[in-house]
This record gives sequence, structure tokens and C-alpha cells, in this order.
Amino acid sequence: MADEKPTKKTLDIKRRPMPKQDHHERIKNFEEVALGYPVPTAREEASRCLDCKTALCNKGCPVGIDIPGFIKRIVEGDFAAGIRKIKETNALPAICGRVCPQEEQCEKMCVLGKKGEPVSIGRLERFLADWEAGQDKIEIPVMAPKTGKKVAIVGAGPAGVTVANDLLILGHDVTIYEALHECGGVLIYGIPEFRLPKSIVKREVDYVRRLGAKIEMDFIVGTTRTVDELLEEFDALFVGAGAGLPWFMEIPGENLNGVYSANEYLTRVNLMKGYRFPEYDTPVKQPARVAVVGGGNVAMDSARTAVRLGADEVHLVYRRSRTELPARLEEVENAEEEGVIFDLLTLPVRLIGDENGWIKEMECLEMELGEPDDSGRRRPVPVKGSNFLMPADAVVIAIGNSPNPLIPMTTPGLELNKKGGLMTSPETARTSKARVWAGGDVVRGAATVISAMGDGRIAAASIHKYLTGQE
Amino acid sequence: MYEVIERRMIVPNLHEFTVRAPAVARSVKPGQFVIVRPEENGERIPLSVADWDREAGTVTSIFMQVGASTAKLARLKPGQTIPTYAGPLGRKTDIENFGTVLLVGGCYGIGSIYPVARALKEAGNKVYTFLEARGSFLLYWEDKLAAASDGMFIATRDGTKGRKGHIADMPAMLSAAGITPDRVIVNGCTFLLMRTSELTRPLGWKTVVNMNPIMIDGTGMCGVCRVSVGGKMKFACVDGPDFDGHEIDWAEFLARRKSYGPEEVDPLRRSSCASHF
Ligand SMILES: Cc1cc2nc3c(=O)[nH]c(=O)nc-3n(C[C@H](O)[C@H](O)[C@H](O)COP(=O)(O)OP(=O)(O)OC[C@H]3O[C@@H](n4cnc5c(N)ncnc54)[C@H](O)[C@@H]3O)c2cc1C
Ligand code: SF4
Repeated sequence: MADEKPTKKTLDIKRRPMPKQDHHERIKNFEEVALGYPVPTAREEASRCLDCKTALCNKGCPVGIDIPGFIKRIVEGDFAAGIRKIKETNALPAICGRVCPQEEQCEKMCVLGKKGEPVSIGRLERFLADWEAGQDKIEIPVMAPKTGKKVAIVGAGPAGVTVANDLLILGHDVTIYEALHECGGVLIYGIPEFRLPKSIVKREVDYVRRLGAKIEMDFIVGTTRTVDELLEEFDALFVGAGAGLPWFMEIPGENLNGVYSANEYLTRVNLMKGYRFPEYDTPVKQPARVAVVGGGNVAMDSARTAVRLGADEVHLVYRRSRTELPARLEEVENAEEEGVIFDLLTLPVRLIGDENGWIKEMECLEMELGEPDDSGRRRPVPVKGSNFLMPADAVVIAIGNSPNPLIPMTTPGLELNKKGGLMTSPETARTSKARVWAGGDVVRGAATVISAMGDGRIAAASIHKYLTGQE
Repeated sequence: MYEVIERRMIVPNLHEFTVRAPAVARSVKPGQFVIVRPEENGERIPLSVADWDREAGTVTSIFMQVGASTAKLARLKPGQTIPTYAGPLGRKTDIENFGTVLLVGGCYGIGSIYPVARALKEAGNKVYTFLEARGSFLLYWEDKLAAASDGMFIATRDGTKGRKGHIADMPAMLSAAGITPDRVIVNGCTFLLMRTSELTRPLGWKTVVNMNPIMIDGTGMCGVCRVSVGGKMKFACVDGPDFDGHEIDWAEFLARRKSYGPEEVDPLRRSSCASHF
């Protein structure tokens, strides 16, 4: 790092803030919170980049975007060239710029972060993607001639959409099978509108459609047709079915009324537009005091959704401390601004109902931090005799998800990894079954959008090699 | 979009509903269900499958009109389309040669028990069917069921057909006919599932119930359909919908089904049966 001495430029160590909806206003609507950089701010922020000779930020990006490359185009004002640069390796920049945990990835590596604040790489990525969306035409890449090979993709989440994108450009025929009535996976049913507008997800899915993807909705691979049946028709198959099966805490009372999985809570609101009930048919209960259990993005999204649905008090109950919260920092700060009460170092042990079987209160333990565990985070240990009762008339459980067993259950020859996901080779994304690849949350368990896309990219390259007889 | 082939009220408040959905028709098995959305802004509701025609690519369900969504379904005419018809979902009912099997059907379950009867008969079982309804005017598909059964028993509350009575009379009616089932399979409203299980427990008759909880996605994602079975949490959509009726925590299940009552998320199979007991 010593050779990166920024000699020519004085260090501009403060990142430019991104305009946001005022928190008094935004808690009353479901519109996007972060508003994006205007052009002058984007160029100013981009100018902070030192254009390091050996840029470390690139290494922090799971799909290896040429970060200084696109940032330089912003400084020059050539936004079309900038977005082209990003799209060489990332098909979904409007999404990644919004939801990537940048502070753990690209921005963590930025040298400016050592002296002050790193360049806002995610915000600049988002800026270019939004700029492009505002133009009349979206560029379609040069497509390779048709190969006549057919690939089936299970799941229209970020992993599946990335594979489709790459294989279409390489000239292969792609059919995506999606169980739900909309495409996008977690981006549609999980992440709320106020963080990732659904119109953006639709635009990205439409883009692969324009590249020629066929999409079959309401199609559950495993029961509508099995993987083996599809393999009779297709040359290769990619499983990007995500990790949709919600975990519960396995404590007494979880089946009480008013106790939801975050998936249920968010699906009712996002996919089924429950917040617009009765215009849309799916209702959501509007309780007064909501407790969300967990500390990741899913928990933040659930808590902030509860705020917007009009709850009087929203508590986020997490068993470790604030530093260990796995959620994106920006969303933790947003949640705090919006009035979510953080009950840290707190572990629910029992849910207690009223005489009608509705949740009434939650028995919790206070925790303290002990030695680091396998994940490197300090292990929470209960404080003896610290039990207390916390009233709640809704509890949302957001402690994680694992891959759905439906596909392994119906597909002989697919081996599982320790997390219950599909076992794959990291270099090729191939599963233990011939002609079947997999990636994203169905392999890793609940992870990130960008890692799902990274897997998709690896799988597409390996599928292409296989289809063209290069291996 | 899925074309409605037929939608008619076969008995008061129960509709026979046939949709062209070749992918579903080709792979559906007894005991499975589909998820249907009546219109673009509509909610996703589960419907048990009652029949299908693999060649024509059509699938038939029986639904009861109760709330907003089923009211929308009940207005559909042949030729119209619906945006979602996804399936088949859930595990199929276990079909093998068990010996003598008693099928109990009520309400929409008179329809969904039919493919179970057909498959069990083909597997070589002696198949008896027990239908329960408030009156003869609520019975349907008796011919189809008779053709798939070795014997039929009917109980109506008002005595307009079969024995005047209800499910509680089932054990006596069977024993009068000298029948001891090796397995009982029940389809219908929650009360019928629960009452049958209570009746068969002391008799030691293995009882399989086809559960009908609230669901959203139907693929294991939302976890709304969780049921306590033998003290363990199960998801009806991926682990069921068939479960051992003697292992279900019925009190909890009833409470959960009622949870969205006021907002009518669950209009579908919340039937008038409750008033019978
Ligand atoms: C509320 C929430 C917030 C999140 N926030 C962030 C964030 O801020 N940043 C971030 O990086 N990550 C976030 N994540 C995680 C991220 O969304 C996932 O890691 C990512 O979407 C995984 O992509 P995927 O393509 O593997 O799976 P998914 O997005 O889960 O897509 C899988 C798709 O497959 C379909 N499918 C499943 N089974 C079948 C089948 N049998 N047949 C056909 N189709 C099937 C599903 O319906 C779904 O559409 C969040 C997740 C949640 C739930
Ligand atoms: S894709 Fe994510 S990790 Fe890569 S540069 Fe963009 S924000 Fe950073």
C-alpha cells in the first residue's frame, strides 16, 4: 500500500452524502428512501478516487468490476462509457449499487478509507445505472450467433437471471422456470420497495427477456416437472432456487397467532402488496407493538416495514451487540433514524399467548459477549437469572433461511453440503449430478445478491465450456 | 394466463372449477393442491385438486364461496382467464395396497377424495367411502365416487339421504356393515378432519388427514402453513398436506386458521361446518 502515495492530489477524505427522504416523511410511505446523487455530486464524489495503480477495490468486488475504470468515466462525464464498463461484468448494477454490503466489499478495500471515508462506490454504480435508465434506449450487447443448445434455469432470482444473461449473449437458448407469479426472487418478494423499487427489478428482468430469455411462471421444478424430466429436453440445467425456507427459533409459542416468519411478513407486503389492502386482496395485520427478532438485512427490512405500516413501537431484538449486526450499515442507520428501538444483547426464549392464542409477550434473556466463535464474532452468552418479559402483539422472526428441500427431494443424485444446500465445485459451480449446475443461496444458504451473481457468472462460463465441447 | 374451461355451482355455494393448465395436468397426483390467483391484484389461495384430464390438459377443483377471493372465482365464466394457476404442490397421498381403506369426505373434500379413491382402487384396495353433508342438496359426485368404491356410506344432518346423523355415527355404521379399515383418509373442512381423528384414535385406526392451512406461496417460503405434528413444526405445503391425524395439535391449528378471519385472507375452506358440532 505504501506505493499508493497520492502525491498529485490533496486527499478529499469526506464522502458526499446522498440525498434521502426526510425520516419524518418517509415513515409514512413505501417510496425509496435514498434518492441517488445528482450529476454534480456524482462527479465530485468520483473525483475523490485516486485512480490507484493497483486498485484494491476491484479485489473486494465478488464479480470483479473495473471500479476505477468506471469512476474515471464519471469524472470525464462520459456516463455511457461508464455504464458499459460496469456491464462488462455486472448485469444488475442498479440493484447492486443499492443493496450490496459495500462496507464489507469494495469500499472496505478503498485506500481512502484508511485516512478518512472510502469512495462511495455503490452510490456511483447506482448513479450510472439510474442515469442509463433515464435515457431513451438501453444498449443491447453484441450477441454471439445461435448455438442451438438449450439451457433450463430454475428460479428467476439474481443467480438465475445472471446465468440467463451470460448464456444468451453467448448464443445459447435459455428458458427460466419460476415458481412464483413474478420474477426477481428475493428482490421482489423480500427486499421492500423503500429500499429497492420493484420497477428496477422489473426493468432488469425485462432486459434478459429482450435478450431472448423464455420465462415460464407458476412452474415449480420438482413437482410441475422434475429436474430429470427437464434434462431430457435441455442440454444443461442451472439451479438458482434460493434459500426460501424460513428458520424458526424452536422455542415454545412460535405457532401462536401473530408470530410470522419474515418471509411471510415481507411477502404479504411486497409481493402481494398487502400495504395497499384492500385495493390488493392480501391483508396484513397492523399491530401496535412489533418485535422483530434478528439483526440482518431481513430483520431491518421487517422492522422498517412495520414502522411504515403504522406500528406505535417497533423493537429489533438481537442477541449480540450493535457492531455484530450483519445488516448493511446504511440500513441500520436508516432504521435508527426511523425510530426502530434496538434491544441488543437480548435473546427470546419463550413466546407467551393470550387466551385466544394470540401473542401477548415474549420472555427474553439478557446476554453478554464472550469469546469469539467460528464466525469470528464474539459469542453471546446468557446472563443467569436475567429473564424479563417484553410485551408484543406481533413477533416477526428474521433469523435466517435455508434452501428449500423440494428440488433435492425430487432429484436423485444431487448431493448436499453441510448447510443443507446443493454441493458444488467452487471453480465451476457444477453439482454432483451430470449436466446440472447451481449457485446463489441454494448453495450458500442465505447470502448476498452479489455472491449469487458471482456464482451465476462462474456457472455460465462453465456451462458454455461444456456446451461448446471445451472440456 | 390460464383459461377457465368450466365454472359452475354444483350444489349451493360449492363450485366445480376446471382450468386448462397442461403442465399441472400432466403431473398432478391425488392429495396435491394448486395455488390460484383470480385476478392481477388477487391473493394467492390454495385449492385441492379433485380431478384432471391429462390428455386435454385440464385440472378440476371444488371450491366453496366464502370470502372476497372465492367470490371472484365464482364470477368467472368459461373462456375467461386467470393470471396464476401454479402446481401441483405438496406431497401426494400415499397410495399402496393397504387392504381396506375408508375415505371420508365432506364439503370440498367430497371432490378431492375422489382421485384418492380411484388410485387406491387401482392399487388393489377395498375402498369404502363415507360422505357427510348437512342435507342431500349438498351432495355431489356420488356416481363418480360410487364407481371408484366398493361401498358408500352417507350421513346427512337432516336425514334427506342416508342415515340422519353425522361423522360421529361413522364407526357404528361401519361396524354394522362388518368393516374394519386398515387406514382412514379424510378430506374436507378442519372440523371433519379433527372429529374423524378423535373418533378413530380410540379405535386404533390409522388416520391420514389432508390439511388445509392458510398459505401464500405454497412452496415452503412463507411458513404460514406451519402445523405442529407429533410436537414438531411442519410446513403443510412441503411436508404435507397429508399428516397423521392423531399427531396434530388441533387446538393450535384451529386458532391459526382463524387468525386472519376478520380480513378474510382465508375465506376458502372456512366453511359452515363448525356450526355442526
Ligand atoms: C428481506 C431480505 C433482504 C435482503 N437484503 C439484502 C441486501 O441488502 N443485500 C444483499 O446483497 N442481499 C440481501 N438479501 C439476500 C439476497 O436477496 C439473496 O442472497 C439473493 O437474492 C439470492 O439470490 P438467488 O438467485 O440465489 O435466490 P432468490 O433470490 O431466492 O431466487 C430464487 C428464485 O427461485 C424460485 N424458486 C425456488 N424454488 C423453485 C422451484 N422449485 N422451481 C422454480 N422456481 C423456484 C423462487 O421463487 C425465487 O424466485 C436479502 C434477503 C432478504 C430475504
Ligand atoms: S457490485 Fe457490489 S461489491 Fe462490486 S463494486 Fe458494485 S457495490 Fe461494490
